[in-house]
Amino acid sequence: MLKSKTFLKKTRTGGVMKIVREHYLRDDIGCGAPGCAECGGAHGEPALEPQPQDQASSLWPRPHYLLPDTNVLLHQIDVLEDPAIRNVIVLQTVLQEVRNRSAPVYKRIRDVTNNLEKHFYTFTNEHHRETYVEQEQGENANDRNDRAIRVAAKWYNEHLNKMSAENQLQVIFITNDRKNKEKAVEEGIPAFTCEEYIKSLTANPELIDRLACLSEDGKEIESGKIIFSEHLPLSKLQQGVKSGIYLQGTFRASRENYLEATVWIHGDTEENKEIIVQGLKHLNRAVHEDVVAVEILPKNQWVAPSPVVLQDEGQDEDDVEKEEETERMLKTTINEKMLRPTGRVVGIIKRNWRPYCGMLSKSAIKESRRHLFTPADKRIPRIRIETRQASALEGRRIIVAIDGWPRNSRYPNGHFVRNLGDVGEKETETEVLLLEHDVPHQPFSQAVLSFLPKMPWSITENDMKNREDLRHLCVCSVDPPGCTDIDDALHCRELKNGNLEVGVHIADVSHFIRPGNALDQESARRGTTVYLCEKRIDMVPELLSSNLCSLRCNVDRYLYMLVHKTIVITILTDSHQQMLSAFTHRLAFSCIWEMNHNAEILKTRFTKSVINSKASLTYAEAQMRIDSATMNDDITTSLRGLNKLAKILKKGRIEKGALTLSSPEVRFHMDSETHDPIDLQTKELRETNSMVEEFMLLANISVAKKIHEEFSEHALLRKHPAPPPSNYEVLVKAAKSKNLEIKTDTARSLADSLDRAESLAFPYLNTLLRILATRCMMQAVYFCSGMDNDFHHYGLASPIYTHFTSPIRRYADIIVHRLLAVAIGADCTYPELTDKHKLADICKNLNFRHKMAQYAQRASVAFHTQLFFKSKGIVSEEAYILFVRKNAIVVLIPKYGLEGTVFFEEKDKPKPQLIYDDEAPSLKIEGVVFHVFDKVKVKIMLDSSNLQHQKIRMALVEPQIPGISVPSEISNMDINEPEEKRRKLEK
Amino acid sequence: MAGLELLSDQGYRVDGRRAGELRKIQARMGVFAQADGSAYIEQGNTKALAVVYGPHEIRGSRSRALPDRALVNCQYSSATFSTGERKRRAHGDRKSCEMGLQLRQTFEAAILTQLHPRSQIDIYVQVLQADGGTYAACVNAATLAVLDAGIPMRDFVCACSAGFVDGTALADLSHVEEAAGGPQLALALLPASGQIALLEMDARLHEDHLEWVLEAAAQAARDVHTLLDRVVRQHVREASILLGD
Repeated sequence: MLKSKTFLKKTRTGGVMKIVREHYLRDDIGCGAPGCAECGGAHGEPALEPQPQDQASSLWPRPHYLLPDTNVLLHQIDVLEDPAIRNVIVLQTVLQEVRNRSAPVYKRIRDVTNNLEKHFYTFTNEHHRETYVEQEQGENANDRNDRAIRVAAKWYNEHLNKMSAENQLQVIFITNDRKNKEKAVEEGIPAFTCEEYIKSLTANPELIDRLACLSEDGKEIESGKIIFSEHLPLSKLQQGVKSGIYLQGTFRASRENYLEATVWIHGDTEENKEIIVQGLKHLNRAVHEDVVAVEILPKNQWVAPSPVVLQDEGQDEDDVEKEEETERMLKTTINEKMLRPTGRVVGIIKRNWRPYCGMLSKSAIKESRRHLFTPADKRIPRIRIETRQASALEGRRIIVAIDGWPRNSRYPNGHFVRNLGDVGEKETETEVLLLEHDVPHQPFSQAVLSFLPKMPWSITENDMKNREDLRHLCVCSVDPPGCTDIDDALHCRELKNGNLEVGVHIADVSHFIRPGNALDQESARRGTTVYLCEKRIDMVPELLSSNLCSLRCNVDRYLYMLVHKTIVITILTDSHQQMLSAFTHRLAFSCIWEMNHNAEILKTRFTKSVINSKASLTYAEAQMRIDSATMNDDITTSLRGLNKLAKILKKGRIEKGALTLSSPEVRFHMDSETHDPIDLQTKELRETNSMVEEFMLLANISVAKKIHEEFSEHALLRKHPAPPPSNYEVLVKAAKSKNLEIKTDTARSLADSLDRAESLAFPYLNTLLRILATRCMMQAVYFCSGMDNDFHHYGLASPIYTHFTSPIRRYADIIVHRLLAVAIGADCTYPELTDKHKLADICKNLNFRHKMAQYAQRASVAFHTQLFFKSKGIVSEEAYILFVRKNAIVVLIPKYGLEGTVFFEEKDKPKPQLIYDDEAPSLKIEGVVFHVFDKVKVKIMLDSSNLQHQKIRMALVEPQIPGISVPSEISNMDINEPEEKRRKLEK
Repeated sequence: MAGLELLSDQGYRVDGRRAGELRKIQARMGVFAQADGSAYIEQGNTKALAVVYGPHEIRGSRSRALPDRALVNCQYSSATFSTGERKRRAHGDRKSCEMGLQLRQTFEAAILTQLHPRSQIDIYVQVLQADGGTYAACVNAATLAVLDAGIPMRDFVCACSAGFVDGTALADLSHVEEAAGGPQLALALLPASGQIALLEMDARLHEDHLEWVLEAAAQAARDVHTLLDRVVRQHVREASILLGD
């Protein structure tokens, strides 16, 4: 079966080391073409089509397979992914090179190869007896690989010829390397460049747009002006980083100023953690998220982070001088103390480009094929693309990928990838924000759905193993209205010995999601459910999230099985719930404490259980029951008991230094038909909210202790690091301006001083301070206990914490459930669970997904706020100043929980006199001083002048500054009649 | 740079083998005339030499003699030039002591020691070139040498290593695969009865995976047996020709 030859490869590394490796060459590797008698049944199912007919190329009309080289694969993956391109042979040599050079492309290739309809075949040429080539004397690795590719192509052509000479099946070699192509043609291999070939596909002209335009040598001389200095080669950079001349870090462009960026230095060095890069030339073609090497400039060139807000408006190439002018403007504030380490980018260590969403800014010249593309993310520079369908793409959201950034170009070059739809359409915009935040939102695949339990589902004998029957307990759930994925329920009862038994029952999702299967992998990838304003992107399929795992009270679930969901929700009322008796029961994971009346825990117990929820209440309903004097049923007494204990627990927690922070959260009232927002309100907090929260915290802490005790090395925990003192600067300064003192040395003192920071004349001040304090905090993160030794949760003032209570919407909780189940012997362990590196990888993904989900949520709120104001027209509202910038103020409108920036400089207006004081901080405009927390009145309107970034614009109404503020009632904007009337009616 | 891909999507290992395939095995028996039995084996680039003396009287202190069976004395050493880096190894260092002990355990289980009470059997093994799976090569060489010496055994002892990468068990690890740091299991099998003479693993491997890795190693050991059996028969045939049968 196996014919093997032994080859010796010698390499010398570092010292004198001789490495001898064997290499077995095989003759049982199939060519991938079906019906090939030569290979026989040596390969599995043939991947390629026997007669590839669909690619009608004018260059090569006969049937053929494609064989691309490494660079084609790396750069033109967008084209290769197109369904029109099929029957491609990917050589192992090529795949290995891709793997070494770009992980994302490698992953995409693998996905394409796994897609059976694409007919991609990976040929293991390096292990094949006839296609293996040895490196020759004086030949470098690249040349050797090129030769290997050509040898394989030649072999294929001979092989296919042998198979059946008459159908003239051929392999076409695709390369963009001129020399390589010439050599191939010499050897008799049909070879084309990618561009030639794609252009010859007459049936698919749209593919041309998706070709990456790489810097052709010819054009570089043409527009000779070189803007950027050269990037140093990687070897030099690595040397420099090692010797400390350069620093390596992640490049983060500023959202507010396109000429400024910070580089986060990797490693643990305390000083120079963050380096500022300012000015186009110093940024040197780095794009947000790239890993770069920076050189620190001498101290006399250091700058301060500029408080100016700047957007890239330029359309032309030649406005580099103008840019320099603005750059100079940035440097005007010179305050010795504010200067930060400043550097310039000397080279790129790793590009982290991805496809970007955005819009086309059509070139002013009508016939032009080159257009600028403006990404939705302001941190990404504009990209020049070449397209013939500019007019069709105008006003659409599109996706564009960057191909390269030559030294003489102001903007990077890219190519068109995909059209998402009309701008402003709700579906398009939602798609954009999901794509931009990398939220996986495709429908669940069949493979995933196949792991769902079969309906109708009921609890079986087998399920009852290791499970306690708690159906007799009076369990109820309390959630926001309209919630269908209820994952927690509570109960409280008095025991015979006078103590209280409190139980938190969490949906037993891990019972349904078994480790390692497709369902598990998909939920692990999604990491969290993402709640947008009008939509929920589920982490687990709906059958689990809203039905089997949702701890709704018996009635509606029974109905759910009979009637369509939407009807159920509308017809359900309290009376119905009581009328119908219990039909079904829910699997839960319960955490049960025995407490005395002072809320001290005497005993903790965890068990898998079956429960029967007696009621699903909203926060308001629960509050009503607690408050009403007449109700005395089981549920109400249970709620009262819980509420009493929760208050004691909360007090205890706050005494320990837990922080109560605040952030303006808004809820939209949606029109049920159109799903347009009709009103918005800030979230209300009731006692019952904090009651539920308190017990969830308690459960999380108890579980965290238990799993850490059992699995000291691989418990999944959550920590919240204490922020560095410098983070608080803004808060302290702001409070000082109101003569208040905020202490930030410990969480406790911060909490206390926030509590004390009350002003009788200004009741909202405290909330504002808490909002500011929230902004000072660090992100809480998941981590694996074996990889870290600081477990402290700063915000909750708990030495250990984890997430246990929402397994329907967070994957972390599922892992914690599994760990806990193993700890109490209710389930068996599996390999990945006790592998701390795997767990650390999961944590990394979860942290990323959570962050992205948060951003997506915010973006969704912002989009709906726009829709809301679009329908509402222009309104004036009271607002408070949150931050003062050099040329703007950031205000918060409490009524809508809306934050916005009021700019004082406009392009076509005379510049007002602005004096910015960083110490106070305050901004003086034409004699009027603005401090943080000042109350102002602003006018809110939707600015649609830039279609891509439709934004809420705010203008100052009060205090009145001539030439700057706008009149409050009738503005100079053209307001149409009805809107004006409406406003009057409102008043 | 991405790390080394030990098993490609197409199912090929770094050196072109599939998951369950062994490296090329070549062996010779009776390589030295002075010794009672000797053998040389190549498993890919791993090369080992084994010599056997005995059974003979106990050398040194007589108190070591066992009243009911023979004493099996195993010594392992590896040549200075056996690895990529030239390294002088002190005689009797920890690694070779351990290996000696393991070999001794293996062969005490295989040799019918009760046939030679109060005597001693010496097995000396030297690794000339190490490219992964040294224990397996030593056992296989020693088996041939013991057979060459004509010492009665229950069965061949065939050994093979196995590792675990990305959910697949790999048989007969090479040095590159060993160095990647995954779990590695060494198994010595008495193929006819399927009894395990020695099973050794240092790394962590989940219980659920152990069965697969064990099966991969056992299958590989059975394959080794087929090859060794062929070598022995060939040797006997040659010997009988020489004896002028």
